[in-house]
Amino acid sequence: MTTTETINTPHVSHMHKVETFKAEAKGVNLYYKDFHALKDISLPIKTNQVTALIGPSGCGKSTFLRLFNRMNDLIDGVKITGEVMLEEQNIYRKGIVVDELRKSVGMVFQKPNPFPKSIYENVAYGLRVNGYDHKDSIDEIVERSLKQAALWDEVKDKLKKSAYELSGGQQQRLCIARALAIEPSLILMDEPASALDPLSTAKIEDLIYELKNKYTIIIVTHNMQQAGRVSDYTAFFYLGELIEYDKTKTMFINPQNIKTQNYITGRFG
Amino acid sequence: MNRKRLKIFEKVFGVVLFSSSTVTSLTVLFIIVFLFNEGIGLFNSTPVEKKYQFIVSNNNTVKELSSKQLKDIFNYDITNWKQLGGSNDSILLFTINDLSTYFTDDELGANFEYLPSKINELIKKNPGILAYLSDKYVPEHLEGHVIPLTKISIKDFVTGTEWYPTSEPAPQFGVLPLILGTLWVSFGAILIALPLGLATAIFMAEVASQRLRNILKPVIELLAGIPSVVYGFFGLVVLVPLIQQLFNLPVGETALAGSIILGIMALPTIITVSEDALRTTPTSLKEASLALGATRWQTITRVTVPYARSGITAASILGIGRAVGETMAVLMVTGNAGVIPHTFLQPVRTIPATIAAELGESSYGGLHFKALFALGILLFLITLIINTSVELIKSRKRS
Amino acid sequence: MMSFIHKRIKQKIAFSFFGLVSLIVVGILFVILGFIIFRGISVINWGFLTQMPEEGMTKGGIFPAIVGTLCLIGGSMIFAFPIGVLSAIYLNEYLKETWLKKFMRSMTNNLAGIPSIVFGLFGMALFVNKLKFGDSILAGSLTLGLLALPVIIRTTEEALKSVPDHLRIGSYALGATKLQTIRRVVLPIAAPNIITGLILSISRVSGETAPILFTVAAYFLPKLPHSMFDQAMALPYHLYVLTTSGTNMEASRPMAYGTAFVLIMIVLIANLLANAFRRYFGKRNKMN
Repeated sequence: MTTTETINTPHVSHMHKVETFKAEAKGVNLYYKDFHALKDISLPIKTNQVTALIGPSGCGKSTFLRLFNRMNDLIDGVKITGEVMLEEQNIYRKGIVVDELRKSVGMVFQKPNPFPKSIYENVAYGLRVNGYDHKDSIDEIVERSLKQAALWDEVKDKLKKSAYELSGGQQQRLCIARALAIEPSLILMDEPASALDPLSTAKIEDLIYELKNKYTIIIVTHNMQQAGRVSDYTAFFYLGELIEYDKTKTMFINPQNIKTQNYITGRFG
Repeated sequence: MNRKRLKIFEKVFGVVLFSSSTVTSLTVLFIIVFLFNEGIGLFNSTPVEKKYQFIVSNNNTVKELSSKQLKDIFNYDITNWKQLGGSNDSILLFTINDLSTYFTDDELGANFEYLPSKINELIKKNPGILAYLSDKYVPEHLEGHVIPLTKISIKDFVTGTEWYPTSEPAPQFGVLPLILGTLWVSFGAILIALPLGLATAIFMAEVASQRLRNILKPVIELLAGIPSVVYGFFGLVVLVPLIQQLFNLPVGETALAGSIILGIMALPTIITVSEDALRTTPTSLKEASLALGATRWQTITRVTVPYARSGITAASILGIGRAVGETMAVLMVTGNAGVIPHTFLQPVRTIPATIAAELGESSYGGLHFKALFALGILLFLITLIINTSVELIKSRKRS
Repeated sequence: MMSFIHKRIKQKIAFSFFGLVSLIVVGILFVILGFIIFRGISVINWGFLTQMPEEGMTKGGIFPAIVGTLCLIGGSMIFAFPIGVLSAIYLNEYLKETWLKKFMRSMTNNLAGIPSIVFGLFGMALFVNKLKFGDSILAGSLTLGLLALPVIIRTTEEALKSVPDHLRIGSYALGATKLQTIRRVVLPIAAPNIITGLILSISRVSGETAPILFTVAAYFLPKLPHSMFDQAMALPYHLYVLTTSGTNMEASRPMAYGTAFVLIMIVLIANLLANAFRRYFGKRNKMN
């Protein structure tokens, strides 16, 4: 058995079904206590594409993102109706094991949040908590993940050093490597470059472009240019509603809804 | 005009505020000064009541006697001056009570007028004599000499293994058994409190729902609020008989009883401080761990607890501090035997309990009194070290 | 697949264990409270609370001990509450982050860590002997007051910190002086939490034994104190005496249970009061 096979949960290989949806929200409502945070959202996430979620602060885009690895479960008083499909399975049905689900969905957060451990241990963390003990294969996966995250050359000589010695941009790429190590079928990125300088941002964007070949990515961003640069599809959220969804090019050139138009052209937000 | 008065008032208020804080800050210094003032006199004083002398023969070559040696002599554990580095003469103890064995009433005279000369005679005759005499019986033209006593040193105080502060003629001020008793009971307490407290803290910070936490929090506060004398009372009427029966002991007042009660008393400190520490772990780290497929438990053991490690250390040290300084409960349940403990099923005596039990009986300004204040200094220093190390741990964490 | 099940079972076991331990901790409290309330409540009646102890403290009541404890609470708070609150205001509102603030803060922390028996020694050396107050309510109150100081300072400081800075700045912007801002803006908002601190320190002071052993407490004194230079009985010391050195310990056991009951009640009521206070005003402040 190769390591790749061990790590992949039995998903249908995406090579054969290019146009099927990797994931899909079907009529999702989310309530936080009395607050109706997501209103009847239906949205497909296409395989091996980058889908950008945009909209003003508090519009629900981050909350929507967190549906896909059930991170909203951690907040008291959250109620969710509707279906969220991943690999054609409703991840909110009974019997779904949340940590198993989260293992197959990678997440990159707004601010780089490496663990106070060595660079190596950060990348290995996901493997260790999921029960992989084989040292050689862990070494291999750590190296591969760091290479995929375009960080290997910068850190290969200091894998045992603390992750906190890296710069902000490097830390964020480390967090991406950390997510890649468990071979997720879907990667969620919550404004991954918002805390970084322009140069580091460019590196992350290049990386997203590279990763698209192998992974399906959903990215939340505040930055219109970024959405335009990295995404294939864009969904515009406003006050908990999905206003518009289309190919990024189409939407940026010819938005259908006046709200989308206002937002994209920077009238509010 | 009004504005000006306001300004003045403002100034005055500032001064009042400043003085208040100064009083508070200086209290610690005051405490140090006064404890030292009362207690430091113990050192460099001779371990015997004033107005009493030890007299030996002029031929005796022993330079001085320590309190410990005196005690051994009086207990007949030392019987020959050779053992003390002197000549080979067996020691002849003489106190005023022994008068009648040597002299008849006639010899002493009706008003004891011949007593000094008789004592002189005795001293001259017996090269091995050690006479313990009140000043008023010491002959004017002494045929022997007063042997000086070794002054009490800090080293003897801290390393001495016997605490008999009231024994005659040579009180023993060795606090080692008390120090060990204190540590013994405190470490026992922390052994009990740390696992319980840490588990509860983790439960409250990471597992329990908000509602459950709202129930647990006041319970912990209440546990902290129960007076120590009530803990002591509970320990005495419930725990002590239980231990006595359970282990089939002659008495139930043991180090174990003290450790259990102190453990319960240290729980709130440990729980509150380590819960606070656990809560400082950034949510983003916990989320990152969960997003990688870790269970909550894995997140706790691999991320949350390691992150809060220094806070948890501080909690344990504070818990020990609480236990070390606790007085009443320990006084009531540990049996207060001033011996070096060997098992948890023995009675022990701690520093605070010793002070509480004995200060009332000691005479003001006497050696015993001073020794208790010296114990207070020791206790103060121990807690100072504990508090300072906690501050250090906390400040290192911040930087 | 095995590892998934494995780690989930581990979590189940760990969480159940922690839940169980927490339950034990709660259980300990209820056992102690329950035991003392159960044994004590039958002793409590009007006579017990209002009569002098009789027949070697095996009969009668604990009236002088209650009065003594009330005197000590009053005496210590008259002294400690203003100084504590003023110190906290100075620390939090006046002092900038300088060495002086660090020094004062660490001194306050140190004061909080000093064992109560050391306070007792200090009180005896300074108030009883040096200042010649003798064993008296005055000496005991001052000693207990010192012990309560750090508690009051800490809670007051926390109360002051919870007042948002923009309110202070808003007040300054309207031309108010520092003192006016503190009096009219900061203190009204912080007051409920400061009072909570006061209640908790009263609870603390009422139960302390070690500091009053050598400064005020009388073993047996079947009359009420007339001035602050008198000795007095006090509840915690009375409980200690009844349990360990009474004339007839078996016969005075019921008296001990009753005394413990009264002590527990003081603590219980103080805690409930403080919690209710915090909750009530916490809600009100949040709504504003």
